[in-house]
Amino acid sequence: MTEANQSSLHLDDQSSLHIDDISMTFSLPNGSAVEALKSVSLRLAAGELLSVLGPSGCGKTTLLNILAGFLAPTGGQVVLNGHQVTGPDPERGMVFQRGALFEWMSVRKNIGFGPAMKGVPEKQIRQRVDELLEIVGLHDFGDKAIYELSGGMQQRVALARCLANDPDVILMDEPLGALDALTREKMQGLVLKLWKETGKTIILITHSVEEALLLGERLLVMAPRPGRIHKEYHLPFAELGVDADLREVKKHQDYGNKREEILSMIWEMEEEIMGRKE
Amino acid sequence: MLVLTIYIAIFVLAYVIYHLVVGRSASKLGFNARKTVTFGDESAVTANRTASVISVVAIFLIWGAFTGSSLSPVHVPGPFVGDTSFSYTATNPQNQTDEATVYVRVGFIGEEFGKPEIPDNKQSVFAKDDAMKVGAWRSGLIRAQNNDDGGKIKGYRITAIDGQPIAPKQSVEVLDGVVNMTAKGSLSFVPNQGWQMEPIWLPAPETIVSRLIEISRDGYQNVALSENIGWSLFRVVVGFLLGSIVGVPLGYAMGLNDWFRGWFDPIVEFMRPIPPLALIPLVIIWFGIWEQGKISLLFLAALWIMTISARAGVSGVNISKVHAAYSLGASKLQILLHVIIPNSLPEIFTGARVAMGVCWGTVVAAELVAAEKGAGKMIIAASKFQQTDIVIMGIILIGVIGFGIDILMRMAEKILVPWKGKG
Repeated sequence: MTEANQSSLHLDDQSSLHIDDISMTFSLPNGSAVEALKSVSLRLAAGELLSVLGPSGCGKTTLLNILAGFLAPTGGQVVLNGHQVTGPDPERGMVFQRGALFEWMSVRKNIGFGPAMKGVPEKQIRQRVDELLEIVGLHDFGDKAIYELSGGMQQRVALARCLANDPDVILMDEPLGALDALTREKMQGLVLKLWKETGKTIILITHSVEEALLLGERLLVMAPRPGRIHKEYHLPFAELGVDADLREVKKHQDYGNKREEILSMIWEMEEEIMGRKE
Repeated sequence: MLVLTIYIAIFVLAYVIYHLVVGRSASKLGFNARKTVTFGDESAVTANRTASVISVVAIFLIWGAFTGSSLSPVHVPGPFVGDTSFSYTATNPQNQTDEATVYVRVGFIGEEFGKPEIPDNKQSVFAKDDAMKVGAWRSGLIRAQNNDDGGKIKGYRITAIDGQPIAPKQSVEVLDGVVNMTAKGSLSFVPNQGWQMEPIWLPAPETIVSRLIEISRDGYQNVALSENIGWSLFRVVVGFLLGSIVGVPLGYAMGLNDWFRGWFDPIVEFMRPIPPLALIPLVIIWFGIWEQGKISLLFLAALWIMTISARAGVSGVNISKVHAAYSLGASKLQILLHVIIPNSLPEIFTGARVAMGVCWGTVVAAELVAAEKGAGKMIIAASKFQQTDIVIMGIILIGVIGFGIDILMRMAEKILVPWKGKG
């Protein structure tokens, strides 16, 4: 499989994320057990951009929830910056598919939520929020209500809210899944820009092969039953996309080949699942 | 039946006339007008405001027409009022017959009127003319033979009215009413009642308006109208606030903690379907009929509704919002204050609207049972004196206030939770 399997823990490596032999087994009410994840290991250096792809049921969302600290794995551990992950923490920011914004607060309040909870002085929050509004391209929308914004703008707010806390790792759970194709492409560009400018470690889960190729220096393809890492790619497209038009990147010869390869891989897995069900 | 028929006729007539006059030309410009599928498309059905106006006018028209109101241009036939007469034929024990006339004056109850004069042109043998007065919608009893010569002798009897034979327990129709004969041979005259309602059943609209003005100026039974309504509102507000103060935190606890949920679930689920009115007897036994009893009742009426809506508000929070807040570094208390409580507000407002409605209904019912002051007390007291106008005025006031409460709650909702339904 991958070299991550053989890698041992280097706890001295202060700004890295170690996923160490994670397993997750649920028991169902009818007595049977589901292996959502089995022996998943991975090492990420600071500033890496990882996309995770796989058919439904491959455990990618479970993996993300474990990384965020919302679920405790039944085996293995996650270590970030030398300490074990035991629960949610602002060091790991999260961007959800549907914003999960607080619609009772203005855009500004939403973005400043993390610092406000920490008790950062009002003035500093305001300054930080203004910067972030500028970065995500919402400078005129700070005082709007959340429900007055379009879906794409809401995701921009979600990104800004996550960045306001200055996390080490940003976890994204299909953040662009609910957007239309045009908005989605713009947002992909924004994610790449933020990655390059902030140097954050980003883990992004997606259903879209194209998106996984564009937004992953490293790309993991996961397989279901039990959920495991099937194949890992190291890709140049994210780096290319930082400066170039994303549509130009997509015309790249290698991009097309990789897309076909991964698509047929996932097709095969889906077929296998269907076959097993019957 | 008659009223219902007229009402349906007005409905159909208005519909036909509206569509003939306004036709299809009226609203052809809007987007809805371009829809070819309207039957089943709820969004294409908006209330026709013309229909609403006609509907309200029709109700007042029918009300006015059947009560002889001066507001209504048309009236159904009213009761017979004025002077009339009928003749009777008396037969004495010797089988001789003679005729005399009963002069009747019919007038409205409450107005001064006397018996009619008996004209002095009678050439009868032994029967003597009579005079009587009868109230409209009522009947008058007269023993016409009493003043006749020999009228009190056994065997002297009345055998015909206006030439039509009559016997005890029979009746005869005369010009302006019906004459019945009782088992003992007395006559009872019932003047024509017409189709209009007697004010004691249904007063005219203007009577109610003037009664409202009178009562809001002078009060009723030494209690000002504002005091009656103020007491009802006071009870509702206090009961509702107490219910919310206990119910909302309880609902939160049930939404956030499994032990609380398990402990209170059976109680809440059992108490919720019990109509508050069914608790009145028990509440009276426990707390008496005064303020404590009524406020306890309203407290119970509001409590379960508020508990359930607060619980639903907590359960309804999208888990990713909570996850997001934890990831942003919020503590449990901060999540409660900044996520769970604001997120549950729309749900709680919906509950509060329902609770206020239920409380208002319950307070009126509780006041009907026992109260010194209050809107319900006013109408139950009026009904004991057959003051139908006050009863109807009270019902309309109660309806208007209930509607007003709902409007106020909706306005508060719009101001306080503008994000409702937009998450």
